Amino acid sequence: MTQKLKFSLQRRQVVHQILENRGDAAVVTGIGNAVHDVASANDDPKNMYLAGVMGGACMVAFGIALAQPDRRIIVITGDGELLAGIGSLATIGVEQPENLFIIVIDNQAYGATGNQHTHTGRGVDLVGIAKASNFKNTALITNEKELQAQIPNIYQKPGPYFAVIKVVSKSSPRINAPKDGTYVSRRFRSAVAGEDA
Amino acid sequence: MVGKTQNKRHWSVGVHQLFKKIGIKQIAYVPDGGLAQLIKRCQDDRSIRSVVLTTEEEGVAQMAGAWLGGERGVLLTQSGGVGNCINMLSMIQECRIPLLSLVSMRGEWGETFPWQVPMGQSTIPALEAANVIVHHVGEAEKVLETVNAAAKLAFDANRAVSVIISQRISDSEAKG
Repeated sequence: MTQKLKFSLQRRQVVHQILENRGDAAVVTGIGNAVHDVASANDDPKNMYLAGVMGGACMVAFGIALAQPDRRIIVITGDGELLAGIGSLATIGVEQPENLFIIVIDNQAYGATGNQHTHTGRGVDLVGIAKASNFKNTALITNEKELQAQIPNIYQKPGPYFAVIKVVSKSSPRINAPKDGTYVSRRFRSAVAGEDA
Repeated sequence: MVGKTQNKRHWSVGVHQLFKKIGIKQIAYVPDGGLAQLIKRCQDDRSIRSVVLTTEEEGVAQMAGAWLGGERGVLLTQSGGVGNCINMLSMIQECRIPLLSLVSMRGEWGETFPWQVPMGQSTIPALEAANVIVHHVGEAEKVLETVNAAAKLAFDANRAVSVIISQRISDSEAKG
């Protein structure tokens, strides 16, 4: 069964809106389109682009969140990447990091490999899984009004927070995000933890 | 543990003290009998955040995050969990992030349960294939110095290092 629902939000615009007033928040991306969505908003040194390790974004962000308790850590990832590390939601639900905010850009497809269906268009409810994993705040966002209502929750309320944003199943152009892991990780660490860390 | 000699400190005492000395702030683990005493000591220590994982690869990702955020952590796993970590270790290698892990062995010295043998025998080759430096220790008296050396190699030389704790050690612990 595949749900043929029409969504109108555009992934890149959504990510740009969320990150527009990010302040000192750090951002971790999942593999795939999320890297380009975040890098095209602003190639901020406090962006950790994970261009590999499918399923790892939430737990990388969780480790940062423990080390940086006074800073908001935002995950921007896709539904395919999130599904690959689905157990992370249970671990994070147990640990209750108040500064961790997970945002899934859900196009119901593996966008980088030819738009094959993911589970999220076939009856699997990620928000339900996050709720059942004891996330403090959760949201399903399907239109502009809901998006505008949720953005303040990312920056003003405590986490752990989990949102799914349903977007049109169309990738935006790739941009030239830095892809050397050694460079990106050291740039990030200096910006977030300081030169002396 | 009954009948265990009381005058000899378990290796986990020294390793826990070393963790504090070198500033370990996070440990992540899927439980294992061979590491149970060390896990307990870390859980009881409020200066160390102890995180239980659903699968070991989560811990590799968490340790990468700990370093990115300016903290040090240690991954504790049984050899059976090493296979779960392989893809996540590509981040450690690509980003050259320090990773210290302690691996308690099954499927080697005196193993009697056949299902433990395949992954036990694959553990060291799998780690080495993923560019992790392996320090194998077969005697309880040498665990502390081995972890100390591995921690230097990990955190000061930015390398991925696993201390492999032989089943021979947990076997002798069980016999007291």
